[in-house]
Amino acid sequence: MRSFVSSVLPVVLLAMALLFGGFQVSWAVQPDEVLDDPVLEGRARDLSKELRCLVCQNQSIDDSNAELAKDLRVIVRERLVEGDSNDEVLDFVVARYGDYVLLRPPVKPGTYLLWFGPAAILLIAGIGVAVWLRRQSAASPGAVASAPGGKGGTGLSEAEQKRLAALMNEDRATDGEHRKG
Amino acid sequence: MSRLFFLLPLLLFAAMASYFFVRLGDDASVVPSALIDKPVPQIDAPPLVEGKPGVSTADFTGEVKVLNIWASWCVPCRAEHPLVTRLAQTEGVPVYGLNWKDKKQDAVAWLNELGDPYGQIGFDESGRNGIELGVYGVPETYVIDKDGRIRYKRVGPLTPSIMKDEVLPLLRDLKQ
Repeated sequence: MRSFVSSVLPVVLLAMALLFGGFQVSWAVQPDEVLDDPVLEGRARDLSKELRCLVCQNQSIDDSNAELAKDLRVIVRERLVEGDSNDEVLDFVVARYGDYVLLRPPVKPGTYLLWFGPAAILLIAGIGVAVWLRRQSAASPGAVASAPGGKGGTGLSEAEQKRLAALMNEDRATDGEHRKG
Repeated sequence: MSRLFFLLPLLLFAAMASYFFVRLGDDASVVPSALIDKPVPQIDAPPLVEGKPGVSTADFTGEVKVLNIWASWCVPCRAEHPLVTRLAQTEGVPVYGLNWKDKKQDAVAWLNELGDPYGQIGFDESGRNGIELGVYGVPETYVIDKDGRIRYKRVGPLTPSIMKDEVLPLLRDLKQ
């Protein structure tokens, strides 16, 4: 008996995983709502994913079990059966519930800040960085010119060159000691 | 000058952050009505009780009126009922009711228990009239002017402070 369970259980689990994990199951749309015409039903599903459920606001009406979401799904299907285009259906709902009902906010003057604000900030910051980099590279040759004893564009004064050379020598000396040790 | 230029992104960020911070305090569940300043949409709800007409679009012209959406299963509706009654009886504003997604006998029992302040009551069993109005929950209260335009919408129950600060001043203005 035990061996039967242990041999069957993995098979059952695998079958369940394939059944329920392989494709997405929609729990919200009820069988009685579904249209006979698969093309219209497909359009209705697409539109339902665009429309916010106002009761549970971060779900689309396609996902939501709320009663109002069901009513709106039914209305979307009714409009489609009556021959409305997808845009006409969305306009119908927006006329009653406002732009807020759309999960993708429309591009219009009131939402320009939302759509283009981040890009504008990036652009301004980019211009700022470009200007800063240009100033930096323009500043280096100037430093050489103002340091008479400087060699080869490093922009160091004579005293600094000497100190650098001393430091480099010191470094080499310690490296040698390490090698001895 | 160039220092100020570098501060610009920071200032922009600060402006946006403070705007968003202020907006955080708003109740996100309140969706502004798409119908403010628009005429009452096409509604036609049959009567709920005998001897009292239902509610349709044509009923909202000629006089300033209040439309209250309610249901017997809705607890906040019960809470705001004394204020709705006060609007109708003390302030003398015709208040029409739209009974939303309810059972007829429950709605009638509710009126018998609490009193019926409504001039006319439409029975919107399916909620289709509510959808025309953009109703997404109960209670909701609309103020409609003489020309049949929606001037105000309250989502959620009326409260004494909302009556005093919003509803009554607006009614006074509209009646002039």
